Amino acid sequence: MSLQNIHLVTDEAVAQAEAERTASPLAVRNLTVSYGQTPAIFSVDLTVRAGAMTAIVGPNGAGKSTLLKAALDVIKPLAGTVTVFGEPLAAMRDRIAYVPQRASVDWDFPTRVIDVVLMGLYRQLGLLGRVRSKHRAAAMGALDRVGMTDFATRQIGQLSGGQQQRVFLARALAQDADVYVLDEPFAGVDAATERAIIAVLKDLRDTGRTVLAVHHDLATVPDYFDDVVLLNTQVIAAGPVDDVFTEDNLQAAYGGRLTTARVDPESVAG
Amino acid sequence: MGAEFVALSLTPILIGVCVSVACALPGNFLLLRRQALIGDAISHVVLPGIVVAFLLTGTVRTGPMLLGAAGAAVLAVIAIEAIRRLGRIESGAAMGVVFTAMFAGGVLLLERSDTSSVHLDVEHALYGNLESLIWLDATGWGSLIDATALAGLPVELPRMALALLVVGAFIALFWRPLALSTFDEGFARGLGLRTGPLGLALVVVSAIAAVAAFDAVGSIIVIAMFICPPAAARMMTNRLGHQVAWSMLFAALAAIIGYVLAGYGPLWIGASASVSAAGMIATVSGIILAVAAIAGPHRTRGS
Repeated sequence: MSLQNIHLVTDEAVAQAEAERTASPLAVRNLTVSYGQTPAIFSVDLTVRAGAMTAIVGPNGAGKSTLLKAALDVIKPLAGTVTVFGEPLAAMRDRIAYVPQRASVDWDFPTRVIDVVLMGLYRQLGLLGRVRSKHRAAAMGALDRVGMTDFATRQIGQLSGGQQQRVFLARALAQDADVYVLDEPFAGVDAATERAIIAVLKDLRDTGRTVLAVHHDLATVPDYFDDVVLLNTQVIAAGPVDDVFTEDNLQAAYGGRLTTARVDPESVAG
Repeated sequence: MGAEFVALSLTPILIGVCVSVACALPGNFLLLRRQALIGDAISHVVLPGIVVAFLLTGTVRTGPMLLGAAGAAVLAVIAIEAIRRLGRIESGAAMGVVFTAMFAGGVLLLERSDTSSVHLDVEHALYGNLESLIWLDATGWGSLIDATALAGLPVELPRMALALLVVGAFIALFWRPLALSTFDEGFARGLGLRTGPLGLALVVVSAIAAVAAFDAVGSIIVIAMFICPPAAARMMTNRLGHQVAWSMLFAALAAIIGYVLAGYGPLWIGASASVSAAGMIATVSGIILAVAAIAGPHRTRGS
């Protein structure tokens, strides 16, 4: 191969990566976040594939939640750029729905289930817009998809962990976004809720939406997801589950803990 | 009950109600954000602010006092943030350190400076002088529509009413983002809400209520009203809107009942002198909280 050809190949690869990023529902470049001295995530490049379900997995403290939060500007990164379908995030907020960790909020807050779901319509309602029947219908429809219509007027403190997670998902569904970003959607939920949530997420994917979720149960990754990102402060590997979810890559991401992880997936939760 | 009531009791009661409601309104959100101590902090740091303003200007006119108080409040907020971040100290502890230190500094400053000619002392800072805010120009209920009499209203009343208006307008306008970011800040930020400036605005609005109230009623009422009515209201309902409505009702009740009890209560039991209205109003708000804690329908969560 001549020198000139190498240049051509490189240019082509760069152009292709650029094109993938532009088409991607969520692409981050060189994303770095630090709490104090040590980086939580370092120079993360990630191009989420449109219409796929992608899992982010990695050991405790790998920066999985941090990556999601920084990608959505929930926390300020030290460096890095984020694009949504090739546009800056700020202009594309309506296309993204975020489901934070259930444990990140105070469930004693004085509010009802339906009011939480209506929060998903904030960008439509604005500061003072009236909640009309179409908004209520949208919220009830979202609750219906997660099997929670009977709980609409319940105080949120009365819900079980699984029901709380369903309400959080319903709030995101009410946003009717193109990209769903979920932080540990299966953490501490019952088996029925896990089945219900995965059914909703697969339905989203099958209707052309993109799903990106932090996930801690290695055993279910191949069943639930199309793509996987192995993260340990940096991206260890990313791509289709069949190519990337290998013994070697997992060893690289989890280090010595992998053997434990294979015996008991719960021990690497987080 | 007529001319005498309008002249001697109406304005202090109205001022008390305005103060109580203006503090209770933002108190609801501060309490739910676990920042209730902020109200406490602001009302204490006001003291060194007004003492410094007095030393610089030599007067106790409203303008310099408010500026000094506001400056101290801003300084305190900055100091609290600095201690929290640099020292990695939990925010409640950081507030405790800052406001007690600044209040103590204010007391020392006050002792060392000559304030004998003006009405400025530690007791005033704590209890205010609600009883003295009377309306001498009033001759009866008719004075409420008499322009000359209205001109003689104690200046604290329109000032407090304005502060209540500002607080109320802020809460009403930003109700939705305030509720959203108080419940789930991460989600709110994901929607593109600027939760940082919003939280700061809430603190500033709380400071406006505390600073405006300080001169009329002292810091005891302010501290009580930021916390007691919202905390009692939380036990009456599981909905935010209802909680805020209950807290306004409780705040107003505490002001009215407290003022009446302070003025006439001692006479009813045969004592001769009345007691501090500010102290009694704060006490009544505490009693309301205690009753709500014993008998409120939503004392335990999830019920």
